[in-house]
Amino acid sequence: MIKELTKKDMLIESLNELDFSNEPQFALDLRANAKSALENLEFPTSKTEYWKYTRIGKIINRTYGIQHEPSNSNIDISSYLIPELDANIIVLVNGFYREDLSKIETENGIKISSLKSVISQSDSFIKDHLGEIAKVENELFIALNTLCFTDGVYIDLDKNAVIEKPIHIINITNSNNLISNTRTIVKAHDNSSVKILESFVNLQGNESFTNNVSEIFMNPNSQVEYNKIQNKEGESYQISTEQVYQRKDSNFTINTITLQGTLVRNNLNIEVQGEGCETNLNGIYLGKDKNHIDNHTIVDHIKPNCNSNEVYKGVLDDNSVGVFNGKVFVRPDAQKTNAYQQNNNILLNDNAVINSKPELEIYANDVKCSHGSTTGQLDKEAIFYLQARGVSKKTATNMMINAFVKDATDNISIPALKNYIDTKIDTRFGNKN
Amino acid sequence: MKKIIAYTEDELEKQLKENQEYKFGFTTDIESEVIPIGLDEDVVRLISSKKNEPQWLLDFRLKAFAYWKTMVEKKWAHVDYPKIDFQSISYYAAPKEKVDVNWEDVDPELKATMDKLGISMDEQKSLSGVAVDFVMDSVSVKTSFKEKLGELGIIFCSFSEAVHDHPELVKQYLGTVVPSTDNFYAALNSAVFSDGSFCYIPKGVRCPMELSTYFRINEANTGQFERTLLVADEDSYVSYLEGCTAPMRDENQLHAAVVELISLDGAEIKYSTVQNWYPGNKEGVGGIYNFVTKRGICHTGSKISWTQVETGSAITWKYPSCILKGDNSIGEFFSVAVTNNHQQADTGTKMIHLGKNTKSTVISKGISAGFSNNSYRGLIQINKNATNARNFTQCDSLLMGDKCGAHTFPYIEVKNSTAKIEHEATTSKIGEDQLFYCNQRGISTEKAINLIVNGYCKDVLNQLPMEFAVEAQKLLEISLEGSVG
Repeated sequence: MIKELTKKDMLIESLNELDFSNEPQFALDLRANAKSALENLEFPTSKTEYWKYTRIGKIINRTYGIQHEPSNSNIDISSYLIPELDANIIVLVNGFYREDLSKIETENGIKISSLKSVISQSDSFIKDHLGEIAKVENELFIALNTLCFTDGVYIDLDKNAVIEKPIHIINITNSNNLISNTRTIVKAHDNSSVKILESFVNLQGNESFTNNVSEIFMNPNSQVEYNKIQNKEGESYQISTEQVYQRKDSNFTINTITLQGTLVRNNLNIEVQGEGCETNLNGIYLGKDKNHIDNHTIVDHIKPNCNSNEVYKGVLDDNSVGVFNGKVFVRPDAQKTNAYQQNNNILLNDNAVINSKPELEIYANDVKCSHGSTTGQLDKEAIFYLQARGVSKKTATNMMINAFVKDATDNISIPALKNYIDTKIDTRFGNKN
Repeated sequence: MKKIIAYTEDELEKQLKENQEYKFGFTTDIESEVIPIGLDEDVVRLISSKKNEPQWLLDFRLKAFAYWKTMVEKKWAHVDYPKIDFQSISYYAAPKEKVDVNWEDVDPELKATMDKLGISMDEQKSLSGVAVDFVMDSVSVKTSFKEKLGELGIIFCSFSEAVHDHPELVKQYLGTVVPSTDNFYAALNSAVFSDGSFCYIPKGVRCPMELSTYFRINEANTGQFERTLLVADEDSYVSYLEGCTAPMRDENQLHAAVVELISLDGAEIKYSTVQNWYPGNKEGVGGIYNFVTKRGICHTGSKISWTQVETGSAITWKYPSCILKGDNSIGEFFSVAVTNNHQQADTGTKMIHLGKNTKSTVISKGISAGFSNNSYRGLIQINKNATNARNFTQCDSLLMGDKCGAHTFPYIEVKNSTAKIEHEATTSKIGEDQLFYCNQRGISTEKAINLIVNGYCKDVLNQLPMEFAVEAQKLLEISLEGSVG
């Protein structure tokens, strides 16, 4: 009997061409484990609560090519740089680290390397912890990534290392119909601090699918700020997962800025495994055309005396769809937790849709948890006020949207990046006539 | 026939004091006609023939049953219970003694039961002016004030009576709001419903009194499948009260009711529930499984308001909903849900906005104590043509004790740019400073908590008719007794 191939089988089949045979045993084991986990996982459907509002047909109903090794095509990365930002630049093209395009200045207390190279060196931390918090059993796309990530970035911070210079990871897709899987590992040692920014862009790269996973390990009293900028033009698909493990007194901030994307899904899973932690999640999503932008966050408070704060702002135009699903767990022992979730949306078009689902699951009593979700319009009186002072209606509207969105950019602590995002918002909802 | 001696008031009080257990846990000694346990098509036909039902209703049941057989029980609710064996339940129980319309002829045992419930007919008649359609194990026993309501053209009777006397109305509206294929338990109910209440308010009539039904589950191992159909014709108004108490049982009892409300153009329905079924003992043994489908449809300019105080049942799974079909229609939901010991509740509402300028308000207050879990699950859906829809949702949770859980699962789906949706939820415990303030003024901690909880629930309790508000406050106190420690 011939077994009929499912879409999942076909996708895995196509990835089989990737050759990892010269990797050390621990990596091979990891990939084999992912493969067996994949057998028990199916593509989510509308019945899968975790994927309720996002149909992945666009991603899975097509065949992809894969790139086997890094190419040496010359790419001008200047347009992807953040103006006036002095940063260490790491460039990944179609899932591979490009040393020639990257610009890393060695600094005390930090090692930035390609993940592939540290795997081949059997780096002790990577050997023990790769795939530890991004569990393959739970999610198909994590398993898929683990099975076939081609390369990625490893950021290793020493004890007490305070790194001033931000790290900018540029993830470029420059080929059509391509699937790429990358993995980022951040290890923040005790009392260390770092600011990372990862941008996802494409050069052509139509109908390509990026599936990236980040694992962020935070030791006591460490600080990590992670900025994610998604700006893929044309037809593009991305599923992006950040797994964060926070220990005592650590401080994690993530800003997720989705400027566009045909289908974007962000999974943020934060495990707060120590007391006195702070977690900030901020997001902006600006949907246009037929964009579908889905933000899922899970903050799992396991230990007492922690704070978490979440602000997501969405502006949806044309036929775009926005999804926000934020979940806060407070485990029985996590007393004195303060958790806050906020999601505000503006629909600019009757064809735009927002699905908002802020959830609280609380098993401890001495807590302060709340959430708010709004969907509405711009204040008509405020627009009238501006009009009465000679500002055109269009400009007034744009000014209001601008102010609405920028509320969430205030948390970006890299000034050059904040300016860059603000400019992007200005161009979209211009202040000028 | 089992013979269980009913308590006297004094004995009951004594027992209550001893272990503060379920207030209305007693069994009435009436011989019931119970059909054998099990469920198949013949049982459905038997129920129908016992009730002398017309062919169309039997067809409705059979269709529902055929569909139910193809369904699987969904597990999305945040509740946990052993799998129910639907073949071990008896689907029909009717009091054997023929009941006469004459009040004097009513079985004295039943009268005694009603006395204990504090709803003696005589008292009701003379004092409160509430017409009671008393349902004892699925079959209506006595309906009062019928004549008075009849003068206004209001029909308020048991469901089976309505099937015989007003088949056209029942046929027209049955299953239009909750289709027989809606969900697992609604399908089951549609197949095997025993009885329930039917109410019709004619055009332009304002029902002069609060209509009310009392439900009791009284026969061991008898699942009760009530069906309520309430139709408010154009520009009419009705306030309907539903209160529930049940005897103490060790085995879990299943209750899967369906309530359908139809609010035609300009009409207003106010539906209030106080639910105090046996919640199981302190260890979480026994108690009622309450899986209810309640839904109303609002036509142009009409309004439906659900108010519920839920303190009983081992498991509550209930989402009174409004379909705001007509323009300018209004849906409201006010809820207090209390869970203590090992109770589990997953309750909330659905507001489906279809018409223009539709408004909905949702106020939900959850209180969890002991080892219980209390979830709010609500859907606000603004459809594409629902221009200028407005929703305000507030759900607060209060946690008492560190072993319980309070959860909020709101679903907000907006497909129209003119919608204004606000949702907010908070979870916290009673402030220590508030308690301290009360203690300082000589109010004991327990009393202070009652005071604070009552204040916390005021928004919802205020919506209840007066008689119910008093009962509800008492219920809150009873439910939370012993949860302070």
